[in-house]
Amino acid sequence: MKHQPIQPAGEDRRDHLVVIGNGMAGCRAVEELLARDPTRYRVTIFGAEPHVNYNRIMLSPVLAGEKTFEQIVINDHAWYATNAIELIAGDPVDSIDRAAQTVTARSGRTVHYDRLLIATGSDPFIIPVPGKDLPGVIGFRDMKDVDHMLAAAGRGGDAVVIGGGLLGLEAAHGLSLRGMKVTVLHIMPTLMERQLDEAAGWLLKSALEARGQTILTGADTAEIVGSDAVEGVRLKDGTLIPASLVVMAVGIRPSVALARAAGLAVGRGIQVDDHMVTSDPAVLAVGECVEHDGNVYGLVAPLWDMCRALADGLVDAPSGYRGSVTSTKLKVSGIDVFSAGDFSGGAGAEDIVLRDASRGVYKRVVVRDDRIVGAVLYGDTADGGWYFDLLKRGADISDMRDMLIFGQSFASGGGQADPKAAVAALSDDAEICGCNGVTKGQVVSCIAKGAHSLDAVRGTCKASASCGSCTGLVETLLALTLGDEVEAGPKTMCKCTSFGHDDVRREIVAQDMRAIPEVMQKLHWSTPDGCSSCRPALNYYLLCALPGIYIDDQQSRFVNERLHANIQKDGTYSVVPRMWGGLTSPKELRAIADVVEKFNAPMVKVTGGQRLDIFGIKKEDLPAVWADLNAAGMVSGHAYGKSLRTVKTCVGSEWCRFGTQDSTGLGVKIERMTWGSWMPHKFKIAVSGCPRNCAEATIKDFGIVCVDSGYELHVGGNGGIKVRATDFLCKVTTEEEAMHYCAAFIQLYREEARYLERTAPWIERVGVVYLRERIADDEAGRDALAARFHHAQSFSQEDPWAARVEGAEREHHAPMARFTPHRAAVLEGIDA
Amino acid sequence: MIGDWIDIGWVDEIPVRGSRTVQVADGDDIAVFRTGDGAVFAMLDRCPHKGGRLSQGIVHGGAVACPLHNWRISLSTGEALGDDKGCTPTIPVKISGNRVLLCRTSTLKAAA
Repeated sequence: MKHQPIQPAGEDRRDHLVVIGNGMAGCRAVEELLARDPTRYRVTIFGAEPHVNYNRIMLSPVLAGEKTFEQIVINDHAWYATNAIELIAGDPVDSIDRAAQTVTARSGRTVHYDRLLIATGSDPFIIPVPGKDLPGVIGFRDMKDVDHMLAAAGRGGDAVVIGGGLLGLEAAHGLSLRGMKVTVLHIMPTLMERQLDEAAGWLLKSALEARGQTILTGADTAEIVGSDAVEGVRLKDGTLIPASLVVMAVGIRPSVALARAAGLAVGRGIQVDDHMVTSDPAVLAVGECVEHDGNVYGLVAPLWDMCRALADGLVDAPSGYRGSVTSTKLKVSGIDVFSAGDFSGGAGAEDIVLRDASRGVYKRVVVRDDRIVGAVLYGDTADGGWYFDLLKRGADISDMRDMLIFGQSFASGGGQADPKAAVAALSDDAEICGCNGVTKGQVVSCIAKGAHSLDAVRGTCKASASCGSCTGLVETLLALTLGDEVEAGPKTMCKCTSFGHDDVRREIVAQDMRAIPEVMQKLHWSTPDGCSSCRPALNYYLLCALPGIYIDDQQSRFVNERLHANIQKDGTYSVVPRMWGGLTSPKELRAIADVVEKFNAPMVKVTGGQRLDIFGIKKEDLPAVWADLNAAGMVSGHAYGKSLRTVKTCVGSEWCRFGTQDSTGLGVKIERMTWGSWMPHKFKIAVSGCPRNCAEATIKDFGIVCVDSGYELHVGGNGGIKVRATDFLCKVTTEEEAMHYCAAFIQLYREEARYLERTAPWIERVGVVYLRERIADDEAGRDALAARFHHAQSFSQEDPWAARVEGAEREHHAPMARFTPHRAAVLEGIDA
Repeated sequence: MIGDWIDIGWVDEIPVRGSRTVQVADGDDIAVFRTGDGAVFAMLDRCPHKGGRLSQGIVHGGAVACPLHNWRISLSTGEALGDDKGCTPTIPVKISGNRVLLCRTSTLKAAA
């Protein structure tokens, strides 16, 4: 049956623009249109995915755990609402009737259009081998694929990524970070051969292998094996690689089925003219699904140019699209790769190459007729934007040819490395932000219109709002545009200082600084007494550097650490007594029950760390609550602090038929050893009695999994927003060793992680190999770390509750005065 | 009480870079702050954002950071600083012989 087309709402007689595709191209086209004329068209957008518009090229960081989905949303629901755009998400369009000017979606919904825009993007290319349809074989294209990979990574095991191009390597990197053992199969001899030459490809391969991935080049897939689900990949040479997940990332194909069925002219993509109009004047197309002048594009940058031309045409001010030159950056953290243009050499082409083995740098610029035609940069990509700009402009480089390879600051003259001059020299249409297609001219005009901070620029023109790799450029533009009011520089601790965390820490130790004001003075703090970001950090760094000597500054601690309880949104507090290893007794339970009744606590909750949390305690009642809990032998559980939280245990060999060791007893001993220690961030430990891992030790900062032959030590896991499974540190044979390694690990974390950096990001920054070198391989170093930890602990294992029950820090709990306006004795002073 | 001023105690009872509260019968608490350079300020103990207890925040410069969501509130004007918008009622403070005096009218108005 045919559904009635939906009529335009009310009296809205504007032309109806219907967009098929709620992705980057479709929405960007609408944004460009609205920027030119916000009222001319009534807009409806159909999306196949059940989401608002998100930044598809940022799926890699989501997979790698560096971003959340919310952080890669480009246009939230409010944007659609504000611009009166109807979004029909999760309902893909199935057919176009060009004669009737209608589209029909899968749900049967039919909508009439005056102008239709097809922005269906592209589909992953699935190589036609046996087994390609098995469950567990996926592409890497949308959020659903990422969810699928995350679920697979959660189960662990082996993954195979077919395709060693940009997308495949980013998928492999993410899966590897998520704990899977990853093999990359690439049919060509060089990784990313369309963007990299052999030398850069080799450097990249070595770097990825050093991170634990297996890279097989010249690997031709014969079949994917498995009965009910994928079990492995067989190569043509007979090699069988086991895998519970296979990601096909060999390439993409323009998604043209809908256009072809509608009878539009289709070649490799939907054919469009310079104004993005298809063979039907009422139908436009944009993005990866189109073919323009014989070219199809699989990168994001051309979208921006296409969308501008499209919007100009829609408001009758046609400009015309002339094709794009593209550049590529690999989004694998810690590995910098840039490539642009043509570097295949050929007649008349000359190479200029710079290698710096000690820094792992390789740069190659290809020049023809005194113009740059291609560039490959590995290890140092700072000049990528400059080379790309010269390339696009076709600039004559003959007079700086000798200096060209050393980068812009040298080649532009002076020999002085001045990053500001480099950015100042960029042309206005040089691209600053590749993720969002923002040019230098747009950033500068956005700053001139009042965006005077990085955040404001991110909020207005979106430059640096996605992957952040252009943050330095944007900061330099702020400095250039606003003068010295805004200073660019390395990532600083906070706005009060120009130093980063590591610099401050190093100087504290090197100059033997002993107090917060001393640090602020010697390191030229720009504020009188810091801010709520740097003060707690400095307090921790000093506490860690000077155990027993530094006096903890209560006014530099967050309220929870000052009051030894957790502030709740209504201003009351929750109190968690320590239960060693999660064990309790009738006496403790009675004391907790009594406190709950005596102080009318509205809720008691069992926490994720096997403790009882008493909610709704008033600030002034806290000392009395602690006194009662202390009387039953209980001390603070530190559930509020950047400190050792809990040691979670399972019942172990004492009770459990699977238990291999006394996990409960070991957990209690470890908690007795580690409680009270302050850390850069919260720190959780668990001990599981067997590999069934009921205590969930592999998502803890430090986890022990007992086995028959000893104790496996795991580090760097956490639950939370970004779940991360631990890395395996090493295996030891005795309880004493397990505790010793634990002490050494905690001390290394205390001394080297940045404040508010949990073990997971710290380990991703320094690498688990480094930890093994420091903890497992270096016996003397390990002993020294553990000794420093025990020394620090000798000063920190004092129950903060007991001290406060006796009157310490009373001013933090009791009000200063009570004022009763209607009584004769209006004021009751309270002695502090 | 001295005229329209309420005497709430000694300056030294407020920690430097810290605060204390004054409870008002049938009303909201008042937060009294002392900055690093010794100045004393008072305002309603409620962040304009979500009602967080400003008295529990970290005092730095002439501002306090709310413990709930880190809004920074100016101690002298009660205005939210930076990009946030909102204002907490402030109460005039007088120091007399190291005693802290709060304006009675403003206290009653703010706490009501």
